[in-house]
Amino acid sequence: MKQLFTGFCLSFLLMACANQSSTEQSLYDALGQYEGITKITHQLILVIAKDERVKHRYKGANMSRFKKGMSDYVCVAVGGPCEYSGDNMQLVHAGHNYTNTEFNAIVDDLILAMEQLDIPVTTQNRLLAKLAPTYKDVVYQ
Amino acid sequence: MTMNQFLLIFITATFGCTAHAATLDIDRDQAISRSRLLATGGASTIEGAAGGGIVPMAVLAGYGAQEEQGAVAFGSYVDTGDYQLEVVGGSWSWRNRIELSFAQQKLTHDSLTKALSLPTDSISQRIISAKLRVAGDLIYTPMPQISIGVQHKKNLDFLVPGAVGAKKDSGTDVNLTATKLILGGFFNRNLLLNANLRYTNANQTGLVGFGGDKNDDKELMPEVSAGVLLNRHWLVGTEYRQKPNNLSFIKEDDWQTAFIGWFPNKRVALVAAYVDLGEVATFKDQTGWYLSLQGSF
Repeated sequence: MKQLFTGFCLSFLLMACANQSSTEQSLYDALGQYEGITKITHQLILVIAKDERVKHRYKGANMSRFKKGMSDYVCVAVGGPCEYSGDNMQLVHAGHNYTNTEFNAIVDDLILAMEQLDIPVTTQNRLLAKLAPTYKDVVYQ
Repeated sequence: MTMNQFLLIFITATFGCTAHAATLDIDRDQAISRSRLLATGGASTIEGAAGGGIVPMAVLAGYGAQEEQGAVAFGSYVDTGDYQLEVVGGSWSWRNRIELSFAQQKLTHDSLTKALSLPTDSISQRIISAKLRVAGDLIYTPMPQISIGVQHKKNLDFLVPGAVGAKKDSGTDVNLTATKLILGGFFNRNLLLNANLRYTNANQTGLVGFGGDKNDDKELMPEVSAGVLLNRHWLVGTEYRQKPNNLSFIKEDDWQTAFIGWFPNKRVALVAAYVDLGEVATFKDQTGWYLSLQGSF
């Protein structure tokens, strides 16, 4: 059992290293390029619309503008050939006092939207890793 | 009501809820305003605090975000052939900041009773714990989530522990824990890394009392665990817990587990594990199975 444990840890480390160097499909391509990203944003809006925790935040918002802004932002974040012309994340969310609950709710909703679109877990995780650092610019700003 | 009956009722009740919750999951658990992501509350350790099975994590039990609260109830069972451990407990977490938990353990030791002609066949222990999240977030900050915890333990059947040389029937462990979920950190699956430093003089978590003839002082014991989320419902991993060795009469080994956790929704979690507890009170090679069921509210 001790050997098993050590082996388990060693393979963890080795594979974590191999993970870094392997050549894989770019995240932009894995998401289905700009069209795929727009689909996710669209699905996310549908999920948010049913989520009591956050839907009131979007009341009266220009949803087509949100959709384009979010799609462009994600496109740039995943290294796609886009330009994001909106304000930075901190400016966009400043003054709204978004809560930790609401941030979690949006992440929850994004995961659900991606599941509904049958996006592989590995691709979901890669996108979430790109977006998670926005937390510090969004919550309680 | 014996603990077995309690466990049975608890399991029945929780699965009753599950059948209902499974249909809710399609529309994403909206009935529960507990907003942290699935599995981020971990499971319940045998000492009550949120974590894996034997190693606590810095995460707080349940799914309450920083503006919410959450509660958990659990029952766990370990069988290593010569020993059986039953645990029931629960916890309450407030604003993802503080966790208060309770665990009642009952260790049955029929083999030991037979070998030494003991007048009793079980040892019970009660554990009351508090955990404070002091910094970081499991997922959203570059630094790991860091928590400090205390576990006050009271051995309720000190006859046998006292006879084998344990000094006290109660003690308090202090835990300093760091936990990080690295998104896509393992072949693009989410990787969970956890380390705990425990300051303790408990023998076999306190079931064999506290301190002993060989050593009576508290020592720092490292504990680690790691796991991979295959998807958001399944977590596989392993734990290692270093143990003190305070008694000359009975040797104490480090503990290890390999576990699989299933989180079908935010209502319920089920953990199964293979455990290796080494030598426990004169009985060598105590390996066996662990099963834990947790309900979140």
